Amino acid sequence: MPTILLREMQKNQSGTITAIKVGGELGRRIRDMGIVPGTRITIMGRAPLHDPVAIRIMGGTLTLRNNEADHIEIEVANPEENL
Amino acid sequence: MSTITVALAGNPNAGKTTLFNTLTGARQHVGNYPGVTVEKKEGAYTFATGEQASIIDLPGTYSLTAYSMEEVVARNYLVQEKPDVVINITDASNLERNLYLSTQFLELGVPMVIALNMIDVAQDRGISLDAQRLADLLKVPVIPVIARSGKGTAELMAAALELAKENSPWNPLHISYGEDVDLALQTMAQRITAAGFMTDSYAPRWLALKYLEGDSQIREKGRAHNPAVDAELQEIVTKVSEHLHQTMETYPEAIIADHRYGYIKSVLRQEVISHKFDIDRLHASDRIDKVLTNRFLGPLIMLAVLLGLYKFTFTYSELPVAWLETFFGWLGGNAEALLPDGHLKSMLISGVIDGMGGVLGFVPMIMFMFFGIAVLEDSGYLARVAFMMDRVFRIFGLHGSSVMAYIVSGGIAGGCAVPGVMAARTLRSPRERLATLLTVSFMNCGAKLPVLALLTATFFSKNQAQLMFLLTLLAWGVALAAAKFLRLTVLRGESTPFVMELPPYRFPTFRGLFIHTWERTWQYIKKAGTTILAISILIWAMMTFPGLPASEEENFARQRQEILAASAAPAREALEKAEAPLPEEALQLKEKLTALDSDQAGRALRHSLAGRIGTSMETVSWLPGFDWRTNIALVGGFAAKEVIVATLGTAYSLGETDPEDTASLSETLARDPHWNPLMALALIVFVMFYAPCFVTVVCISRESGSWKWGLFAICFNTVLAFSLATLVYQGGRALGFAG
Repeated sequence: MPTILLREMQKNQSGTITAIKVGGELGRRIRDMGIVPGTRITIMGRAPLHDPVAIRIMGGTLTLRNNEADHIEIEVANPEENL
Repeated sequence: MSTITVALAGNPNAGKTTLFNTLTGARQHVGNYPGVTVEKKEGAYTFATGEQASIIDLPGTYSLTAYSMEEVVARNYLVQEKPDVVINITDASNLERNLYLSTQFLELGVPMVIALNMIDVAQDRGISLDAQRLADLLKVPVIPVIARSGKGTAELMAAALELAKENSPWNPLHISYGEDVDLALQTMAQRITAAGFMTDSYAPRWLALKYLEGDSQIREKGRAHNPAVDAELQEIVTKVSEHLHQTMETYPEAIIADHRYGYIKSVLRQEVISHKFDIDRLHASDRIDKVLTNRFLGPLIMLAVLLGLYKFTFTYSELPVAWLETFFGWLGGNAEALLPDGHLKSMLISGVIDGMGGVLGFVPMIMFMFFGIAVLEDSGYLARVAFMMDRVFRIFGLHGSSVMAYIVSGGIAGGCAVPGVMAARTLRSPRERLATLLTVSFMNCGAKLPVLALLTATFFSKNQAQLMFLLTLLAWGVALAAAKFLRLTVLRGESTPFVMELPPYRFPTFRGLFIHTWERTWQYIKKAGTTILAISILIWAMMTFPGLPASEEENFARQRQEILAASAAPAREALEKAEAPLPEEALQLKEKLTALDSDQAGRALRHSLAGRIGTSMETVSWLPGFDWRTNIALVGGFAAKEVIVATLGTAYSLGETDPEDTASLSETLARDPHWNPLMALALIVFVMFYAPCFVTVVCISRESGSWKWGLFAICFNTVLAFSLATLVYQGGRALGFAG
């Protein structure tokens, strides 16, 4: 299964977080909100200007900017079906 | 009768405020934590047995790191004040993430009861929870509640009381964080215990954990407490960090967070939670979002919502505003008739009654505005606004959350820069925060509204609503441009994370809306009642003293005698007896006397301290077209913007003292030949952007930690406002708009 960056995911596409390659405050903030490896996420949509992105995680909705999503690697469940 | 202390803690959006309101009702007290400006809410709860609980509403946080001021405040409160019990309110429909904070409370060891809130919402979403099972696994009481209806809250408080009475020592939970981290923790904890390193306040393992997490606050304290031990601990942390980075390309705090979530997952997996539907299923809230944050519809709806708020505020507050105006008019009339002439009467009417009337008359409008904002906030729509606005805000070097500060400050006209400046606290980056702090005061706050409303109603009455809307857009434009300017010059640097929750849409509770609206309105009234009244009186004194020299007084008295002597006796008598209707001759006499009085009052004001200041400022204020009266009002407005209206009122009622004419300030201005729409527009622009009121300046200084920034705001804003107002006035004149 392919691993891509969160930024590259399409609307309604789902996947599982494999790695978060950032430390410091951004890393901590991301983890505090439940974005940790092994968690399943779905792209809910993007803001009118395509940034930030809204994701469904652990039953709630979070938003993050595209340049923050760049640190998050996702194993996409079934890319053909979703694209 | 014993009183227990209960701290209410939980994630933002978990229903903490709703629970607090349900438990305490109107018995709340809002204050501040010492040293910082984070709001501290306290309330009282009475048990069926008559025992009392003092409830402290801790700020909503996702974690107990030192990530934000709120987290530091919550943590310090728990560690230093040691409440008898913590009620951790969690959103049952979003339990896994909410338990992250709960886990940190368990690691701290504080006695805790978990409230599973919104259990009804969870059920609707097909989530069933076994509270008893969760309680057994976590070894803390877990009580399902519905905060909004109050269901389960009695049981919750009973459980809290029971736990408080046990009075057992803190019992920190030890989670395994994997071999590398556990080993480091053990070594560090031993070292901490041996050295007695801050062990009075914190458990050794917890301290070690915070060191590994890179907690800046704990590290600072440690350095101050014992630099040698701090260095030793730091060395271990560095070693583990390097090892983890080399072997797994990760960080200690990442490992710790992962294991916390691992612990939560392992608990929930033991038949605590079951989902009837797919967890990603679209809820009603998501369907609403499909429309409200839609690429095309979203921004249009947002604009419509903001416009709707305007209409709501201006239309529905009209009647109560009229009542208040009538009331203060009546009060002034009575004081005029009952009190003997002199300085006291003058102070009461021109200082106290006019001042309070000018301010309180606008309370209904402000109340309606706050109600509308509370609806947007409590329903969850404001978070969507931040989501949609972030891309735009980032262009100006700000953060999507800046929108909150801007809106609270008056981005939706009618806020207040004081709470707005405080709302900027959610921003982590010092630069974005400062840029927000320094620009929120450009928004049309509730105190500027009376000035803007007065001027627009007087000179642009046909298009008042449209003009007020345009002025809001102008405020945004100038504020954003100024922010960008600051971020490119004095506040250069990188941007901060925008990880934010979009809470599900909820119907706001009536109680929540009421408390929200009332608190904010009360803040305004309190400010009006104290600061404004004091300043109104001070300004009255400045405008009264020093009085005219005796020779001039005599001169006026002589003129009066001359006018009276020259008049016919019947007219004089008719005027004395106040016959109605007055005969023609008596009317003419009265007019002459009034003109003389106005002349005298006008001279007296010019002679006074305020008049002298205002007159001396005319050397520059002719550029944007302001006369000395306006200048006096603007000086007063620096103390608080509401004072501008009060001072103009005082200035004009003193300048044209006519007991029979109770025409409002608006009519007075419309009649005054000095005023015209162009000058009014220049004044509007100046009032919008010049130095923030001193309360805001104090807040900016406190929030930024330096008076330098408060001073900067005064100078920067005034120079900007002066330039813009001059541009409007001189530009308008050059284009031939002067009228």
